[in-house]
Amino acid sequence: MEVLPTLWFILIAVLWIGYLVLDGFDLGIGMLMKVWAKNESQRRVLLNSIGPVWDGNEVWLVTAAGATFAAFPHWYASMFAGLYIPLTLALLALILRAVSIEYRGKSHSQIARNLWTWAMAGGSFVAAFTIGAMLALTTTGLPLNEYGDRVGGPFAWLNGWAILGGLAVVGISLAQGWAFLTLKTLGAPRAAGNRQLRRYLPLYFLPAASWAIMVVMRYPKVSAWAMLTIAALGLAVAWLASGRRKEGLTFTGMVVFIVFGVGAIFTALFPNVLPSTINEAYNLTVATASSSDYTLTIMAIVTAVFFPLVLAYSVWSYWVFRQRLGEQHIPESVVVTPV
Amino acid sequence: MDPLEVARWQFGITTVYHFLMVPLTIGLGIVLVAMQTAWHRTGKEQYLRMTKFWGKIFMINFIMGVATGLVQEFQFGMAWSEYSRFVGDVFGAPLAMEALIAFFLESVFIGIWVFGWGRVRPRIHLTVLWLAVAGSVVSAYFILAANAFMQHPVGIEYVDGRAQMVDFWAVMTNPTLLIHFPHTIFGALAVAGSMLLGIGWYHLWKRRKEGIDTVDDNGYVVVGTTGSKARDEVDYKGWRSSFRWGGWIAIVAFLGTAFTGHTQAQMMIQQQPLKMAAAEAACHDGTGFSVLSVASRDSDGATTCDDVVGVFEIPGLLSFLAHNDFTTPVEGVNSLIPKYQEAYGTHLPDDPRYGERAGSEIEYLPIMEVTYWGFRLMITFGGVAAAAAAFGLWIGRKGTVPHDTTLMNMAWLSILAPFAANSAGWVFTEMGRQPFTVAPNPDPTGVDQVWQFTAAAVSPGVTGQEIVFSLIALTLIYALLLVVEVVLLVRYTKGGHPAGMPELLADEHNDDEDKPSSDVLAFAY
Repeated sequence: MEVLPTLWFILIAVLWIGYLVLDGFDLGIGMLMKVWAKNESQRRVLLNSIGPVWDGNEVWLVTAAGATFAAFPHWYASMFAGLYIPLTLALLALILRAVSIEYRGKSHSQIARNLWTWAMAGGSFVAAFTIGAMLALTTTGLPLNEYGDRVGGPFAWLNGWAILGGLAVVGISLAQGWAFLTLKTLGAPRAAGNRQLRRYLPLYFLPAASWAIMVVMRYPKVSAWAMLTIAALGLAVAWLASGRRKEGLTFTGMVVFIVFGVGAIFTALFPNVLPSTINEAYNLTVATASSSDYTLTIMAIVTAVFFPLVLAYSVWSYWVFRQRLGEQHIPESVVVTPV
Repeated sequence: MDPLEVARWQFGITTVYHFLMVPLTIGLGIVLVAMQTAWHRTGKEQYLRMTKFWGKIFMINFIMGVATGLVQEFQFGMAWSEYSRFVGDVFGAPLAMEALIAFFLESVFIGIWVFGWGRVRPRIHLTVLWLAVAGSVVSAYFILAANAFMQHPVGIEYVDGRAQMVDFWAVMTNPTLLIHFPHTIFGALAVAGSMLLGIGWYHLWKRRKEGIDTVDDNGYVVVGTTGSKARDEVDYKGWRSSFRWGGWIAIVAFLGTAFTGHTQAQMMIQQQPLKMAAAEAACHDGTGFSVLSVASRDSDGATTCDDVVGVFEIPGLLSFLAHNDFTTPVEGVNSLIPKYQEAYGTHLPDDPRYGERAGSEIEYLPIMEVTYWGFRLMITFGGVAAAAAAFGLWIGRKGTVPHDTTLMNMAWLSILAPFAANSAGWVFTEMGRQPFTVAPNPDPTGVDQVWQFTAAAVSPGVTGQEIVFSLIALTLIYALLLVVEVVLLVRYTKGGHPAGMPELLADEHNDDEDKPSSDVLAFAY
């Protein structure tokens, strides 16, 4: 077994899982700003609940991309070129969404605020859906030729897996969003989150669970099934806990599901990183897609030093902003007029 | 649609656009650190007001840098998959480290800074800003390491048709990088300096226009107040400090860019001689720096090197720029091209990977109009910004600026000059690198077999339509967001210190009754 490429495959899986757990609730809350929030002050509670942390969460995605480039340049090249259209959509959505977070509160007119709310909600939805679609496709494959280049035109990637993966990440994000609101807010959003999870928690995770089960059935491995079992237990605990309003336990159970469910998908995929749907011989694997051992070693050392630091100060930022937010905490919106 | 052409336009547009935000983030970030540190050390309120006001301007711009930076992390793989495969082993590492080491630091701590007023102790809050800005500066180092590799590949071997990293330390201490980095940081400070000067000027002017400040018989300022906190003496002090800081920063930054730029040019003549020759539109070996050259168009309308006519040149200056003496000639295009052809071939390989371009002749000369004018516009705009700063410091030496609208408008406009200089510099250095994505390293002791033609870098599987789609979509959304950003920047600029501290206005008309309870967030979106 190739030790270093395998280590890097695990690290990239960790980055994706971290992204889904953390930015998951940012994306979900973004959608809920349109779907659930009924008035301006509720929207602002939602937005500010993720205000200090969303940007750091998004860096998990950037790091996943950068780490893929560094550790598996062929995976990076084949996946992003092959998924050109959905990746473009994801980037457009992420751009609109990021800017809306900062600019929404700086706009003066109701029309502008509404437009930014749409940008936030629509951007979050499209980003979640396309990222999910792309993640699903890297597990089930693209029509790649012997050079790793996609054949069959701009939409050759489009299939049921893309839809399922898209729904999976939208579902995960919404559930994470609700759970985060139960932990971070007071009043209406917290109550709504508890109610939603108590009633519909399994429904939110249905697409993700189907995706995980189908991928593991496609590439069966004992370890992957074991992880799926743990994921299922996490989900069961989360649902039971949600019925008893144990908010922390619900969230923890959901995180267990995401960690082990997505972990099972990556475990099943291994040693492939991006299969070819044309010919198995063209599959990109940890061995064929990876960088040299020298590069992987340097990267591993840097990661060993800095990743724990990142985790430490990220945890500290959540600690600083641990206070629950309610409508009473939101200051009046600022109107800037010329002096 | 030719995917290569469209992909190049897309990369150029998205990257130049991204680099409108980046230097302001870096430069203003460093200035913010200085402001908040000054407040922490002296306790003077004007520094607090400056920190809060410039903090708003910083954030309006910062978010655009974050949003457009996302595209940068992905687009190498999208339209340039062959490039990514060729250099991924060495080029991906600085990108990944940039994300892990710099972006996390920047993003997590900027969040804590923005929401952390009154939430963490002042000393911690200041440290948080230091860390966030350190993240921005470090990110510049990593991304320039990646770019320096494209200009001057080091630390690699050519293995199985790909560049493979063998010396990470060499990549991170690439001499090109070591001079690229300070040049870029000074360029960022130039942007911040002009911004401080221009906006400081505007508010000093406005205070004079409204009759708050006046001047005595000797022209020295007599500071007044309207009775409102928004227009008191501290307000004056804040704008005067912004104005003066800006002027000095702009001048130091200009000197810094000039000095580092000179070193860069000397390095470029060794590393990428054709780029320098094209920057000079110099066909023949020579010693003079061209101030103005024009092309005489031949009957086809195409410009060839020999059509370029020097109108005015400074004798010896080019040799000084290149070699620090006035006599050693610098090689021109006509002597360089045969050398390139000998080393790297006259025609692209007859390889299907080159698509339609396989076997076609290689044009080694970059587009000379672009390199020639890009180089000169960079210098000119840099000089304009520095001259505006020097003029501003002189005219403002008695504590305020003249009650003159034309001058004020020129000060406003001069804010744009360093942005233009930065863009022109990047267009020059990237277009001047053509026809290579990775320029060959001519150093005989270095790695001279790793290079890549741009024609071989584009994604073979991606269609022209896909890239046209993303080009149009990104350009439209970027244009729209630029308008929004400028509108917000202008609004907050005009709002002055109260735009960063609304409480300056609130105090006027209410007593303790309305005082926000400590539960309410100091800042919320």
